[in-house]
Amino acid sequence: MKAFLQRYCRNYGAVIGLLVLLGVLALAVLAPIFYEESPWLMVAEPLVQPFTDPALPFGTDMLGRDITAGMLYGARVSLLVGVISTAVALAVGIAVGAVAGYCGGRVDDALMRITEFFQTIPQLAMAVVIVAIFNPSIYSIVAAISVVSWPPVARLVRGEFLSLKQREFVQAAVVIGQKPVRIIATQILPNAMSPIIVSASFMVATAILTESALAFLGLGDRNMMSWGFMIGAARTMIREAWWMSVWPGVAILLTVLSINLIGEGLNDAMNPQLRRRGE
Amino acid sequence: MKTSDQAPLLSIRDLSIALPAGGDRPYAVRDISYDLHAGEILCIVGESGSGKSMSANAIMGLLPAYLKPEEGQILFKGRDLLAQDEATLLGMRGKDMAMVFQEPLSALNPVMTVGDQIAEVMRVHNACSGEARARRVLELLEFVGLPDPATLMHAFPFRLSGGQRQRVVIAMALALEPALLIADEPTTALDVTTQAQILDLIRRIQAEKGMGVMFVTHDFGVVAEIADRVAVMEKGVLVEMGSADQVLNRPQHPYTRRLIGAVPHGRAGERGRSGSETVLEVRDLRKTYVTGGGLFTRKRVVHAVDGVSFTVRRGETLGIVGESGSGKSTIGKCLLRLTDIDGGALMFDGQDIARLSERQFRPLRRDVQMIFQDPFASLNPRHTVGRIITDGPVANGVPLAAAQARARELLQLVGLEASAFDRYPNQFSGGQRQRIGIARALALEPKLLVADESVSALDVSVQAQVLELLADLQKRLNIGLIFITHDLRVAAQICHHVIVMHKGRVVESGPPGQIFDTPQHAYTQRLIGAIPGKEWDPTLIRAAA
Repeated sequence: MKAFLQRYCRNYGAVIGLLVLLGVLALAVLAPIFYEESPWLMVAEPLVQPFTDPALPFGTDMLGRDITAGMLYGARVSLLVGVISTAVALAVGIAVGAVAGYCGGRVDDALMRITEFFQTIPQLAMAVVIVAIFNPSIYSIVAAISVVSWPPVARLVRGEFLSLKQREFVQAAVVIGQKPVRIIATQILPNAMSPIIVSASFMVATAILTESALAFLGLGDRNMMSWGFMIGAARTMIREAWWMSVWPGVAILLTVLSINLIGEGLNDAMNPQLRRRGE
Repeated sequence: MKTSDQAPLLSIRDLSIALPAGGDRPYAVRDISYDLHAGEILCIVGESGSGKSMSANAIMGLLPAYLKPEEGQILFKGRDLLAQDEATLLGMRGKDMAMVFQEPLSALNPVMTVGDQIAEVMRVHNACSGEARARRVLELLEFVGLPDPATLMHAFPFRLSGGQRQRVVIAMALALEPALLIADEPTTALDVTTQAQILDLIRRIQAEKGMGVMFVTHDFGVVAEIADRVAVMEKGVLVEMGSADQVLNRPQHPYTRRLIGAVPHGRAGERGRSGSETVLEVRDLRKTYVTGGGLFTRKRVVHAVDGVSFTVRRGETLGIVGESGSGKSTIGKCLLRLTDIDGGALMFDGQDIARLSERQFRPLRRDVQMIFQDPFASLNPRHTVGRIITDGPVANGVPLAAAQARARELLQLVGLEASAFDRYPNQFSGGQRQRIGIARALALEPKLLVADESVSALDVSVQAQVLELLADLQKRLNIGLIFITHDLRVAAQICHHVIVMHKGRVVESGPPGQIFDTPQHAYTQRLIGAIPGKEWDPTLIRAAA
C-alpha cells in the first residue's frame, strides 16, 4: 500500500487532480453550512456582476439567484450522479462480463450480442430518450447514465476474464475443486481489478458530463440545482451575462479534468512495469 | 578441434558489467576473461541468472540501457568493441559477427517473406546487387538444409516449423559470412529430434566456414554434443574453463561438479512394477480438436489423443514422453477434466469419471491433483502461500484452522520454511514456487498426481532437487504419479513404466530400461538417437565426487 502511494505520488498531475477533487468534495458536503437557504431562492438584484459584492462573489443570474450557492449545490448533484451511476454500471458490467468471459460458448455469445445492441445506440441519445420516458428525476438520470455506460465495462471485464481463465493458477483452482462462483470472485476478479478501477475513474468523469448535458437540455431534476442546468439557463443571456455560464463551465472542466488526472495516476500506480518500460 | 597459436578471433579481458543498485548482486558479470579462436566452438554454460548471456549481448551491443560495461575490453580481431562508436559497430554487426536467438518465431518478422528477410541483411550492408542477392538467398537456404528453397523463399515464417524457422535465422546470420557466430540457447525452444538436426547444422557450418562459434546454453547434454571448449559461469563469475573433455569428465570446481551431478543421466534403473492396486485405468481415450468449420472456412480436425490406453498403480510412476504436439499434455488435461473428452473411459477407483458431470465430479477432484508446468503462472500472485495451499482443503469441507495447520506441515515436508505461509509467491524463486505447487496438490491427499512438464522450467540443480522430492513423497504417501515430459533423460531416471507418444498415439510402451536400451519402434529409436550427449556419462563424475 505504501509503495502504491509512492508510485501514485510520482505523477504530479494526479496529486493535483486528487487535491482539486477533494476540494470540490469538501465544498459539496459543506454547501448547506455556507448557504442554509435553497439555491433556487432569489436573494439579490438580478444580474449582479461578479466580484462587485463580497456577499455574492460570482454574481447573480437574471432572477437574482446567487450563482455561488448554485455552484456549491450543483457540485453535490454532479458528484452524486457521477459516483452512483458509475457504481451501478460497474456492478452490471462486471457481472455480465465475468459470466460471459468465464462461461464462454453460447452464454458468451448471447450476453455479448445484448451488449453490442446497447453499444450501437449513441450514448447521449439513448440517455435523453430514457430520461424523457421516465420523468426527469435524480433516479431516472442515474438509471439512464448507468444503462448507457455499462457495455464498455462488460467488454473490458470479459476480455480480462478470457485471458486470465487460461492461466494455470485458475486451472489449479478448478483442479482443487473450487466452485465457479468462488473462482470468479477470489481468483480471477482480484487480478482483473486494476484496469477496471482505472476505467471506472474515467467513467465518473463521463457520467458528470452526461448529467450536465441532460440538464442543459432541460432534462435535469427540477428540485436540484446542477451545473448543466445553470449553463442551460444561461444560454439566452450569454451576451448580457457571460458569468452565468462561465462559472459552472469552469467547475465542470476542473472536476472532470481532476478525475481524469486521478485515473492516469491510478493507471501508473497499478501497472508499475508498464510505466517503467515506456521511460 | 584445434587450438591454434595465432591471435584469437575474440578475446574478452577482465570484463565487468555492473547491475543497478538494489539488485541481488553488484555485478552481472565480474572480471571474466576468455578467448575464442577461429574454427572452434566455445560453450558458455550456466544456470539462469549466472550471467552467461551477458558477455554475448555485450559483444553484439544488445545490453539494456541500464547495464554498462564498467571495465575490461572485448577485443575482436584486435579492436576493442567497447571503444568503437555506434556507426562502426552497426557496420560490423551482421557482417563480422552474427547472432542466433532462442525463439525463432519472435526473431523473424511475421509479415516479411523468408527470402526478403535474408536479402535484407545483405541490403543493409550493401552487399551483392539484385540478381546476385537472390541467388545468394537460394544458396543460403539450400546450405542450411531447407527443402525446395525456390518455393520456400516466398513463404512467410508462420508456414514453417520451429526447426525450419531456426534454420532460416541461421541462414540470415550466415548471409555475410561472419567470422564470429553467437548462438544464445538456439535449441532450447525446439524438440529433441529438431535440436539434434540444428546442432548438426551448426557443427557443419562451423567446420566448413571455419568460423568461431560462441554457444550459450544451460544444457550439459548439448555441451557434450558440440563443444570444443567449455566455460562455466556461476553468479557472474567464470568458475571453470577448459577443453570439453576436461570440464565434462574431470571437473575441478565444486560448482561444476554439482551441476554435472544434477544432470539427468538417462540411465534407467530397474524398478519393476509393484503388484499394488490400480488407481487409474484409461481405456481408448480420444480427444479431437475441431477448428474452423464456419460458413466460409473448411473444418480442420486434429486428433490430439487417438485411442490411448494405460494403467497407473499406487506408488508407481508412469512416464508419458513425447515431442510438442504429440498429445501428451492433452492427456493430462483430460484426466483432470480441464477439457472435455470425445471417447473412451477413465476408470478411477472402478468408477468411470469421464461420464460424470462437472458437479458430480467435483467431490472426486481431491483424489486427482496436478502439478503445473510454469511455476510463475500457476500461483495466484494476489494470494499468500498459506491461502494458496489451504484453498483446496477448505473448498472440500476441511475447517480452516485444520487446513492451516496442515499447510504449515506441508511446507516443511516440501522443504520450505514455515514462515513462507504468510508471504506472497513473488518472493520465491522458481524452484521454491514449484515446491509450493507440490504442497498445494498434496494438501488434498490425492491418490493420483499428474505432473505436466513440472520440472522443465527449472535449472538442472533445482530440477534434481524437485525430482528427488517427488520420488521421496511418492514413496512415503504411496501415490500414483503420471509424469508428462519431453525430456527422455528425466523420464528414464524416475519412471517405473514409460509410454512414448507420437501424433496422438502410443507408439511404444514398457519399462524404461527396455525403451531406452532396445527401442522397437522407429520413432522411439529416432527420439533416443537424438538425445544430446549420449556418449557422455555424467554418473562417472558422480561416482568420483
